[in-house]
Amino acid sequence: MKPWLWLVLLCFSWPLHANEAKPLAEDEVVEQRLIKIAQEMRCLVCQNESLAGSRADLAEDLRREIRAQIRQGKTDQQVVDYMVSRYGDFVRYRPPVKPKTWFLWFGPFVFLAIGVAVLAFVLRRRNRDAAESPLSSEQKKQAEALLRDQS
Amino acid sequence: MKKKFNLWFLIPLLAFAGLVALMAIGLTRDPHLVPSPLIDRPAPNFLLPQLHEPGKTFSPADLKGQVWLLNVWASWCVSCREEHPLLLKFSRTHAVPMIGLDYKDQAADAQKWLSDYGDPYTLTAVDADGRVGIDYGVYGVPETYVIDRHGVIRYKQIGPVTLEALQKTILPLIAELKK
Repeated sequence: MKPWLWLVLLCFSWPLHANEAKPLAEDEVVEQRLIKIAQEMRCLVCQNESLAGSRADLAEDLRREIRAQIRQGKTDQQVVDYMVSRYGDFVRYRPPVKPKTWFLWFGPFVFLAIGVAVLAFVLRRRNRDAAESPLSSEQKKQAEALLRDQS
Repeated sequence: MKKKFNLWFLIPLLAFAGLVALMAIGLTRDPHLVPSPLIDRPAPNFLLPQLHEPGKTFSPADLKGQVWLLNVWASWCVSCREEHPLLLKFSRTHAVPMIGLDYKDQAADAQKWLSDYGDPYTLTAVDADGRVGIDYGVYGVPETYVIDRHGVIRYKQIGPVTLEALQKTILPLIAELKK
C-alpha cells in the first residue's frame, strides 16, 4: 500500500480507549499510609534517602514490615515507635523534642537571639558615640580660627 | 584622648574558631555508626532453624545464664571476609559461645562459605527473610552483639570486628561480664 493511503486511513481510525493504569499495590490505602510514614524516615543504608525513596534491600524489607503492621491495624505512631525502638531517633527526619535534642531544636534560635542582642548593643553604642562627638566650645573656636586663617 | 584598647573584636574570631573546632570534630566521626537504642535492653527473642541442622532450632533463651556473642553475617557480605580470620582466632579460645546469624542468605551459599573459609560459630541460625535482623536493628552486615547472662545486649559492633575493637572493648567486656 502507498504511504499516503496509510495516512488517510489513520485519519479515520477510531480513537482507542485505553484504561487508566492500575496501581501496582494491592491496597492503595495501605500504600498511601506507608508512603506518608516512610517519607518521614531515613534509610539507614543510604542515609540521605528517605525510606520511601530508597531502593536499598533493607529499605524494601522495612517497607514490607511497615506495610504488614498497617494491615494489622497499627496506628502511625505505633509504626514510628516500632522503627525508633530498633534504629533509634536517627531514623526520624524530625527527631522528637527532648533534653538531648534541645540544642538541635533551639540552638539556632539561641544564636539568633545572641546575634540580635550584640547588634542592638553595638548600634546603641555607636549612636551614643555619634551624639557625644560634637566638639567642645573650645575646639569649635579653634576650628573656626583655622578656617578663617585659610580664607 | 587615648581610647581604651578593647578585645571585644576578638569575640567573633573566637566564636568562629569554636565553630571550626566543632565541625572538625564532627568530621572525625563516622555518620554511618548509628548508636543502637538496644544497648542495655533485653536481646529480642527469636526462634530460627539452624544452618547445619535445619531440623533443629536456636533461640537466645537457650543461652540464658551465659555470656555470648551474636555475629550477623552473610555469604554475600564482602566485609564479613575482613573480620573472618579474627573470628576464627577468637573461636579457638573458646572464651564464649559465638552464634552466627546468617542474614538474608541462601543456605547452600552459606554452607559453602563456611566450609571454604572456616566455621568460627558454635552454631549458625538462619534468618532468611531478615526479620530477626530488623528486630536487632541490623542495617550494615557484619554486626556483632555482646549479650550478657541475663540476655541483655551490652555492646554492638557495627561493621567488621577489628583487632582493636576486640582487644580494647569486646574482650575486656566479656571478661567483666563473666565475673
